[in-house]
Amino acid sequence: MNNSSTGLVKGIIANLLMVEFDGPVAQNEICYVEHQGLSLMGEVIKISDRIAYVQVFDSTRGIQGGTTVRFNGNMLEVELGPGILSRKYDGLQNDLDALEGIFLERGIRSRALDPDERWDFEPLAKVGERVRAGDWLGQVTENHQPHKIMVPFRFKGFYTVEKLSAPGNYRAADEIAVLLDERGQRHSVTMIQRWPVKLPLNLYRDKPRPHKLLETGLRTMDTLHPMLEGGVGFVPGPFGSGKTVLQHAISRQAAADVVIVAACGERANEVVEIFTEFPELDDPHTGRKLMERTVIIANTSNMPVAAREASVYTAMAIGEYYRQMGLRVLLLADSTSRWAQALREMSNRLEDLPGPDAFPMDLSAIISGFYARAGIVTLHNGQEGSITFIGTVSPAGGNLKEPVTESTKKATRCFYALSQKRADSKRYPAVDPIMSYSKYLEYPEFVEYAAEHIHPRYIEFARTIKNILLRGNEASDQINILGDDGVPLDYHIRLWRAELLDFSILQQDAFDTVDAMTPIARQMEMVALVLEICQREFPFEHFEEVSRFYKKLINTLKQMNYSPFNSEAYQQYRRQTEDMVREQTQALQAM
Amino acid sequence: MEVRKHYSRIKNITKATCTVQADGVGNEELALVGDRLAQVVKIVGQDVTLQVFGGTEGIFTNSATTFLGQFPSLRVGEDLAGRFFNAYGEPIDNGPSLTGPLREIGGPTVNPVRRLQPFQLIATGIAGIDLNNTLVAGQKIPFFADADQPYNEVMAMVALRAKTDKIILGGMGLTNDDYLYFKQLFEGEGVLDKIVCFINTTSDAPVQRLLIPDMALTAAEYFAVEHQQSVLVLLTDMTLFADALSIVSNRMDQIPSKDSMPGSLYSDLARIYEKAAQFPDGGSITIIAVTTLSEGDITHAIPDNTGYITEGQLFLRKDSEVGKVIVDPFRSLSRLKQLVIGKKTREDHPQVMNAAVRLYADAANARTKLDNGFDLTEYDERTLRFARAYSTLILSVDVNLDTEAMLNQTWDLFSEHFSREELGIKEQFLDRFYHPPVA
Repeated sequence: MNNSSTGLVKGIIANLLMVEFDGPVAQNEICYVEHQGLSLMGEVIKISDRIAYVQVFDSTRGIQGGTTVRFNGNMLEVELGPGILSRKYDGLQNDLDALEGIFLERGIRSRALDPDERWDFEPLAKVGERVRAGDWLGQVTENHQPHKIMVPFRFKGFYTVEKLSAPGNYRAADEIAVLLDERGQRHSVTMIQRWPVKLPLNLYRDKPRPHKLLETGLRTMDTLHPMLEGGVGFVPGPFGSGKTVLQHAISRQAAADVVIVAACGERANEVVEIFTEFPELDDPHTGRKLMERTVIIANTSNMPVAAREASVYTAMAIGEYYRQMGLRVLLLADSTSRWAQALREMSNRLEDLPGPDAFPMDLSAIISGFYARAGIVTLHNGQEGSITFIGTVSPAGGNLKEPVTESTKKATRCFYALSQKRADSKRYPAVDPIMSYSKYLEYPEFVEYAAEHIHPRYIEFARTIKNILLRGNEASDQINILGDDGVPLDYHIRLWRAELLDFSILQQDAFDTVDAMTPIARQMEMVALVLEICQREFPFEHFEEVSRFYKKLINTLKQMNYSPFNSEAYQQYRRQTEDMVREQTQALQAM
Repeated sequence: MEVRKHYSRIKNITKATCTVQADGVGNEELALVGDRLAQVVKIVGQDVTLQVFGGTEGIFTNSATTFLGQFPSLRVGEDLAGRFFNAYGEPIDNGPSLTGPLREIGGPTVNPVRRLQPFQLIATGIAGIDLNNTLVAGQKIPFFADADQPYNEVMAMVALRAKTDKIILGGMGLTNDDYLYFKQLFEGEGVLDKIVCFINTTSDAPVQRLLIPDMALTAAEYFAVEHQQSVLVLLTDMTLFADALSIVSNRMDQIPSKDSMPGSLYSDLARIYEKAAQFPDGGSITIIAVTTLSEGDITHAIPDNTGYITEGQLFLRKDSEVGKVIVDPFRSLSRLKQLVIGKKTREDHPQVMNAAVRLYADAANARTKLDNGFDLTEYDERTLRFARAYSTLILSVDVNLDTEAMLNQTWDLFSEHFSREELGIKEQFLDRFYHPPVA
């Protein structure tokens, strides 16, 4: 590795510099532009003859031709170790809380981890044991969760543990182990290591297909379009269709050990919402504060564009670090379109030949390469860890045929399409039940898991719901064309069965403390109740009777959703529902 | 001011830019080309490309270019208040020159961890806004409007009714008539002492517009950060700002993306709108902008990118049924309303708001049925009666009520037209506020 190359600025277009260099320079190498006592960070994105094209992660205002650029010999790296949880980083892993002042002045940086922070260490490996990169040497407790101290990921081949610290309280930067490589060289290991964000971490035995439900408490997901541990999905939607509310709900409620939220080129106030609320809210699974399991990577839309691209990689690298500890990681990125736009801005300045909508030609490959880093893995020690990744996409003009949406669709298994029509009629979450899908419903591994761990009829429920919704949709179209009187009564019944499912199962009030999160057991009970009603025949004579009856049912079922599970009120609304159904059925028998 | 070297040969001239050969020039530095202000936008070797704010008409290949060694700046101080300026921050009201310290415009970003979550409701008295799309200090929200709609008037009304310390107007491509409208309105209302205006009219060069938002926001940051004031920034019309961006990028041979807009449009707009913030010491910047649409098309790149950046959008619409301009409850949205409704306002606010909009949607469906010649049900008839009253008494922009009165008014309409079950509201609120007329 070389760290002596320097260069001189020859040209500037916005945040792209053309730098004439001596010595070797690597693609994606990090460099610093020395400008008026500041060193502004940049990354090499193209090399042509003696000119390196550098994207600067900061404003280039005032930089002149002839300014010195120092290359540092490394790619963009993250610092990994205990203390990452609860932190708020920017896209380059600067600790935002550690930066002085209200404004992010140019060139300021802060360290990601505190090397002097003390941790109670407990060894897991033994002296003399043969280990390799990613193996667990010991653990500390970070925010009440075990945090593994691992053999640094850069280490190649096998090592022997020569020395391992006894249980005790150590600084993060203290040596906790000495490893002997196969040539007899000693390597000191602390709790902190570094890893280049753009390299996928592959230190596992195998990567099976996802098969376990990642419970989110959102009925439209868990019941109808399940996301699995280690699964990949995306949420496209026009602005105002509730993407962010949905992502925040998932980040609050999902059954994960670590949640990483990458706010990539989005609104600052949305990140502030997380900063403000997560320290106060309880993790529904552990009862601890949500912030304790959360890491936020905030590269808001007004922060430097080039760092936007870096932010998603930073988030993924941190995710892989925690997966390597055998934890369930949930990674959310809002929005991957902004990342793609950052790529487009740079490729435009590089005068690359443009692909569709002026995006770079390799956009699709970049996106699928990134999504491929998620997944459930079996580590060498037999433990399982996972990264579930859900990205949002902001399609230009709400058009799902644009390049980012299409590329993402190819790379993912779950599709949560947000519909403007649903949002306009305040049917939230506005996930379109017809267009959306989860391919995991077809995985035999999951079918087996669901029958055993969720509900014996889980898959059948999901299929039946989808079918009723489809038929309701067709009926609704016919009614709109032919009029209420112009269709058989049966069409109205089909429509209202779908409406019943929509209002009582799919729609959910994200701002109500009870309704916002429905545990899977409660979801299954509700689904069984509602589907049972959907399968009954009632003696209607006029279409107005149909809507009147189902509207009353909907009202009661909504009240039921607002009541705590199995509470007095819940039971009372349940009985009311059953009474209504019985009365209506008896009317049939009387005839 | 340190005056730097002169250059007297211009290599290249386009409608918006020119290129000179020069050394030791900084990116984004200001220069004078002849007597016109220009800014460095690209350096390749010795070729320095400048965007000329006043346009390049009549520039000679031997016009003198002088680099000024500084960046676009504004003199900030309390003497900004009550004044009218051009895009360069120079007075256009025959008043005295500014005396405060120079501050570079387009300054750095607020560290997100130093922001506070917005929490102060901005009351406007317009129920279509306060009830359905509540505004919050620190928010950024545009009016999406067709050219024939009274957006400037409604925006001015919002500004005058909102209780803020300063109103800063950034006018881009304003017609002279609109400029005089704002001027006379602010003078007539006796609020001149809290107004600052940066004006680019249609008679000024379009590229100058690029400076207006940053000028307005630099002044806003001065009052909000240094004097902890609540500042409302009005930007009209951002579509014309984006058009100016596309002119410059086009002259620089950038590959256009959707709708001939530069690929960086999202970032360019976000840099401006994200200046809206609630600061920890009490000051705040709220941005209300105007984005004019072409026949209501929100899929065009400008409104589309804007919608992804701003915290909602307000649509005006003429309701022909009742003959009034209303705030469209379907397409309008305030993303930050959740932070205040039911918390700073009465607790039934969220449910009342949603129920009313849903019933209004039922009315729209009923109207479609009617238009298609189908029979209406009795329920349809009721929703139509409700919609007419709701439009007139709540949605119309000429309404001026406090929030409690708006809620009570809506409950009156609910009680008059609908049964309890039809409202789908929590029982506890129905018990308190629902009062059907005695038969």
